[in-house]
This record gives sequence, structure tokens and C-alpha cells, in this order.
Amino acid sequence: MALSFLEGNEAVAWGAVASGCRFFAGYPITPATTVYNTMLKLLPPEGGICMQCEDEIASIGCCLGASMAGMKVMTATSGPGISLYSENISLAIGSEIPIVIIDVQRLAPSTGSATRGADGDVQFLRWGSSGGLPVIVLAPADVRDCFTLTMDAFNLAEEFRCPVFVASNKEIAMTRESLDLDHIEKPEVIDRAVYSSGDGFLPFKVYKDQVVPDFLPIGDKSLVRQTSSTHGPDGYITTSPDVISASQTRLMNKLNSTVNRYSFHETSIEDSDTMILTYGVTARAAREAGETMKKEGKPVSLMVLKTLWPVPEELIKEKTKNTERVLVVEMNMGQYVNEIKRILPDKRIGFLGQMDGRLITPQRIMEEIKNV
Amino acid sequence: MSSLLNKSRPPVFCPGCSHERVTKALDKAFQDMGLSGNQIVMVSDIGCSGLFDTFFHTHAFHGLHGRALTYAAGIKMARPELNVVVTMGDGGQGIGGAHFLAACRRNLNLTLLILNNFNFGMTGGQFSATTPPEAQVGSGFLNQLEKPLDICNTARSAGSPFVTRCSSYEKDLDSKIRNAIEYNGFSIMDMWGVCPGRYTRRNKLTPKVIEQELGNFPQMEGEVKENKRMEYSEHYREIAEGLEPLTEPVKMEKQFEPPEIGRKGVMILGNAGQRIITAGEILCMAGLSAGLNATQKNEYNITVLRGPSISDLVLSSEEIGYTGITRPDVVFALSSEGIERRQGMFKNLDETSLVFKVPDVEIPSCTADVRMMDLKGQRIKSLDWALASLAVLAKNERIINIAMLKAAVEKRFKGKIQESALDLIDRVKI
Repeated sequence: MALSFLEGNEAVAWGAVASGCRFFAGYPITPATTVYNTMLKLLPPEGGICMQCEDEIASIGCCLGASMAGMKVMTATSGPGISLYSENISLAIGSEIPIVIIDVQRLAPSTGSATRGADGDVQFLRWGSSGGLPVIVLAPADVRDCFTLTMDAFNLAEEFRCPVFVASNKEIAMTRESLDLDHIEKPEVIDRAVYSSGDGFLPFKVYKDQVVPDFLPIGDKSLVRQTSSTHGPDGYITTSPDVISASQTRLMNKLNSTVNRYSFHETSIEDSDTMILTYGVTARAAREAGETMKKEGKPVSLMVLKTLWPVPEELIKEKTKNTERVLVVEMNMGQYVNEIKRILPDKRIGFLGQMDGRLITPQRIMEEIKNV
Repeated sequence: MSSLLNKSRPPVFCPGCSHERVTKALDKAFQDMGLSGNQIVMVSDIGCSGLFDTFFHTHAFHGLHGRALTYAAGIKMARPELNVVVTMGDGGQGIGGAHFLAACRRNLNLTLLILNNFNFGMTGGQFSATTPPEAQVGSGFLNQLEKPLDICNTARSAGSPFVTRCSSYEKDLDSKIRNAIEYNGFSIMDMWGVCPGRYTRRNKLTPKVIEQELGNFPQMEGEVKENKRMEYSEHYREIAEGLEPLTEPVKMEKQFEPPEIGRKGVMILGNAGQRIITAGEILCMAGLSAGLNATQKNEYNITVLRGPSISDLVLSSEEIGYTGITRPDVVFALSSEGIERRQGMFKNLDETSLVFKVPDVEIPSCTADVRMMDLKGQRIKSLDWALASLAVLAKNERIINIAMLKAAVEKRFKGKIQESALDLIDRVKI
């Protein structure tokens, strides 16, 4: 066994390249910059493109252009950059442009604390775009996840033609960790479905049994239209309520009705009435807390979510069937706990949150469990 | 070649709109160049100029206000063989100012047609970046307070190698557009026109007035000699071709047995410039050489060579969960700045904790086993103290040993740096 030693951001970049990503555009921002640094070393010698743009708006704009020209694209930023991406995220949702967006979360609102971690963007990623349609958000807990979930993110972006976020955190992104790269279980790479029925291509036409339109790149023999306007199958603006209703419903359902297929998680059910539910770097403290409590003869169940959006409701309901009390632990002032309260109205939902630059400790989690 | 105008969606304009002339001239330019629709991408944004992508039977990307140049850049980098034509109004030029400047500086082979009609036509005739202060517009008196932007001068000083200022009514508009498209580099055309729907209802602006006004500006047409240079995507590819591929991350085989098992936390408290982070990495790699798992968390200020620099390191024969360290097994106290940042930690230490400190720093009182490490007395420079600390640790057979440390140094450094690091490790006395 040989171990490598790399940080989460580097693992994201290697995962992206393993997925066939050959286009990256970004703007430097701590703690996401090392994704860009690594892509800059990886892509140009591979014939890929890595651009440093004038701002975050341009970074995602370049990515959307390149994605429509057929490339697998990624950009990476932190909360302040996600704010600037917002209008183009809406475009990627409504106009079905595959893109992977890495959000290396930093502490607090606005420019906050550049070198401190938090998971303060998890509702923002879901709702920070106009129109309110769903997105996919995956949350890594360690360096290995950074690699594999980035690959999953590309697969989902390609399959569903949508933006997929990897909600990283400075505490994973800039923490180096030993990893056996030769023994990572990698998902099989998926490419977007290409239209192959000859002439008559309509860029947003969905055929029977499809939830996502087939793709042709800008530059193909057939003409390809892309538009930010509310459009019909032909890619032209439309005012027809029926056409609009059908497309908005499809955009909603293509993710909400398929999330069971990509509800990534790690769950251990113990003989206990209590479950810790968490995600991101906090999962690591929760695992330790769980192990310690098991040794003490007071086991608790643990659920680590790696798909945050769409909320894997069925999974959560199923796994908490025999649980009376769920303690939601997250590195913010209380965000995902609201989803858990919503879908488990009959259970006691506790909350432990912290957003001060420090990791939540295993001891703190154990105290919280024992307190009640 | 035949017209590329979209017959199923004929262009619709307000009567007298100059955009109609631009549409026809652009179509003529495409025909004269012998281009078919799938060799062209029309990229547009918001406003009346944003309708252009629907007028033509070409590839199209219609996006957000002022951002057309960004999509165009991505498309052109991905598919350099395409003719990418961007249409924006004076509104898009204003809101997308940063992209305009970047495109001029970057010199990617795009053609930007600015349909400049001196106001926001679609939203009610508000003032734009080019509205004259004396104009009567939909923004009350506010346009009187701002100086209009000279697009061409801005483009020129920002580095655009092709700049044309003209009237949308010029007879040879089609050939001017063709020149811009055929130019191998970023080309912009500032095309003045009238907006009969909004602007000319309250302002006298006719083709003739435009011609007169243009006479007050220095003529700009075609290549800007001082900005001539290699096109961006060609230049990018030329340099990229010569770059060496990045090798896979370094792999460390298990070669040794570690002196200790279980989870061990090490904290190096130093300041910037003491190579704290590098030493932390080497300690972890030393652990890897004995099959240990390792994590490294660093803390430092944004300043270089000033302020605290701290590395939190966990080495463990088990998988590492929580990466924080509440009670470290070993602390290296190398600078007062680093110690101060973590002074609260010292109260967590007990007699099993080992603190190595250099003589000239103070640490908070604690119950740990504190040992002096006189590196200065051994004539070791401050910037080598962190690495020397690892040698102290290894020579005490705590967590790592000398063979592990040397294996890490041999993997991490090459040539003379490796030699001097190995020499330093040998020199350190405990």
C-alpha cells in the first residue's frame, strides 16, 4: 500500500480531470485558490483550458460558454464568489447547462474569515438563484470524498444537464490528508446524452421517457440555440403558459424525482433511540463521538449525508424509522436542521451548531447527546 | 452564399430603428465571407441588441445583461474554428465594463458589435454609459451628472488591436463589419445609431447629426498598430504545448515500523518564514513511510514572512476522524507569535505531553514535560528550526524515527536542498 498526501482542493482537481473535465475558469479566492492552482498545472499540458478571469461572473460565464461548446467544465470559489455566480447559476438551471461548481465555504457572511471554515452556505446554494428550481449539492467529509464526489458531481451534471455543487469547507479543502490513490473506488464516467437522430434537432425537445433533452454542442453541423429566456423546445422565447408550465415542471421533477438514485450517505444504525445526523467535516467528529459512545456501552446511530440537495427525504425517513430523537450537528447557526424538522415532524429534533472558526469536537457532540 | 437571416422569425424593429441596418449589413458580411450558419455563433445579451441571435440562422447563445463576452470567450477557447460575433448595446457595454476591458486586454479572436444608441431602449430610455449630459432621457436629471464613456478610446487604451467607430448608416457598413470579423484578434465596432422608440422622441439625432458628431472625434477604423500582437487562444496553445504534464501525487510506500502506535497529535507553533508548513508536511510523509495515516491543518495570517504560522498534525495507525487536536502529545514552541495564538491550549496539557521549546520564548505555565531545545546554540538558523525539531523528535524515538524522517526528506526534496536537509538532521544534537 502506498499513501499520497494531498489536500481536498487538490483531490477535487484530480477528480475533475479523471471525469474528463478539460475546462476550468476561476478567480483567485481563499480558500478555493488551490483548486485553480492545481487545474492550472493539470489542464494546459493535457490540451485542456484553464483561464483566470476578470471576476467570478466571467469565470462562470466562460464555463457556460465552453460547456455549450461540448466541454466538461468546472469553476471553484467561496461564498463571496457564489454570490457573484448567482445570476449565471440561474441560467445554468433554466437553460440546462452542465457545470460543476466547487464552493469551498469560509466562515461568516460577506468576506467573513477567509482562512476559517464553516458550512454556512448550504441553504444559499439551494436557494441562491432566481426561480427557485432545484439544484444538486454534494458534501464531502474528507479528501477521498473530494475526489470521488467531484466525479459524481460531473456524472450528475452531465446526466441531468444542471449545475452540481460540491459544498466543500476550508477544513477539508486546505487540510492535507493521507490517501491511497490506487484504491479509491471511482464511479464510472458518464457523458451527456448526445442527439443522434439526424436533422431536425431541437435543443430542448424531450422525447418520450426522457427527463433531459439530448445535447449537441455549439459548433455542431446542426445549429444549436441556447438562451437565458423562458423557452420552448426550439430554444426560442415563448409566452405559452402550457409550454412554460411543462418545462418548469420538468426542471423541478428531473431532480426531485430522481434523488433516490444519488442519495449518497454513510449510515450506521445502532441499538439506540438516538441518531446523530450530520454532513461535511463535522462527520469526522461525529464518527469519533459514535465510536467512543459505543465503547462506553451507550451506542448511537449515525447518518452522514453526502447528498444535501435535493433533500434525500425517503432515505432519511427510512433510516430514522426506529429513531426517536435526531441530533443535527452542523458547522453553522442552524440550516439543514430545518429540512430535518420539516420531513420528520413526529420526532424530537435537536440541534448543535457552531460557527466560530473552530471544528465542532467529538466531546461537544457527546455532551449534547448526554444532556437530554 | 445565401442570406443567413432567419426566415421563420423575420426581424421586427420599431419603425426607423438603426438596428435594422446593422442586421442587413451583418447578413451581407456573412454572405460575402461565404460563411454557412454552423460556422458562426451569435452571442447576445439583454436589450434590443439581444434580439440579434434570433435574427440569424446560426448557432446562438443568448445570456445575461453585459455578460455576452464571457460566454463568447468560453465558446471560442473551446472551438477556435468558429466565428464568434457578439452583439451588445451601450447598456451591456456599461454593465459589462469589466468584461469589455478584459476582452480588450486578452485579445481573443471575437468580434464585438456595440449597437450604440445612447440609451436603454427596452426599459424606457434611461441613460446609459454613452448618453450625453445634455440629452433628455428617462432618468430625469441624472445623466447631466455623468460624463459619457468614449468606447473606442477606452478599447484602445485597454489594448484592443482593432477598433472601428462608425455610423450605422454608412454605406460600406457591411465591409467594415467583414473587416472586423476577419481580423485575427479582438475587434470592436462602436456603431452609432438612433432609437426612435425612446431616444429621438425627445432628442434630435438623425443619421446626418450622427455623421456630424462623429466628425468631432478622431477617426478610428481598423487595426490599432500599437496593440497588434498574437491572438490569445493561439498564444495559449503555443505555450501549453511545451508544458510538461503534472506527475501523479507522490506516493510513499510503507518501508518501516513506527516507534509508537495509536493516534498522536503534534503542534508546531512558529512564525511565518520558519518553514513550519513544510516541516509539517515532512513529518506527515515520515509517518506515511511507516504506513501511518496523517492529517495536516495549517493556520497562518495572509502576510508573508510575518505573523504566526502553526501546523496541527495528526499521525495515527488508525483512520483519522476528527482532525483537530485538543491535547497534543508533542508541542514545538518555536516563536512567541505562534505560542500566543494557541496559549489557551497549554492548560489542556498534562504530564504525558511533551513540549520542546527554544530558549528565548516563554510558554504559559502547564503540567507538561517541558524540554529545552537550544537550536540557536547549535548554530542552526531560525528558518531551519522546524525541520531541526523533527530531528529532535526522531532522535528521541517519539512518533517517528530517523529512518522515517530521512525517507520523507529524500522524497520531498531534490539535489542540494535534500543534501542540506539531511545534513541538518545529522547535525542536530539532543
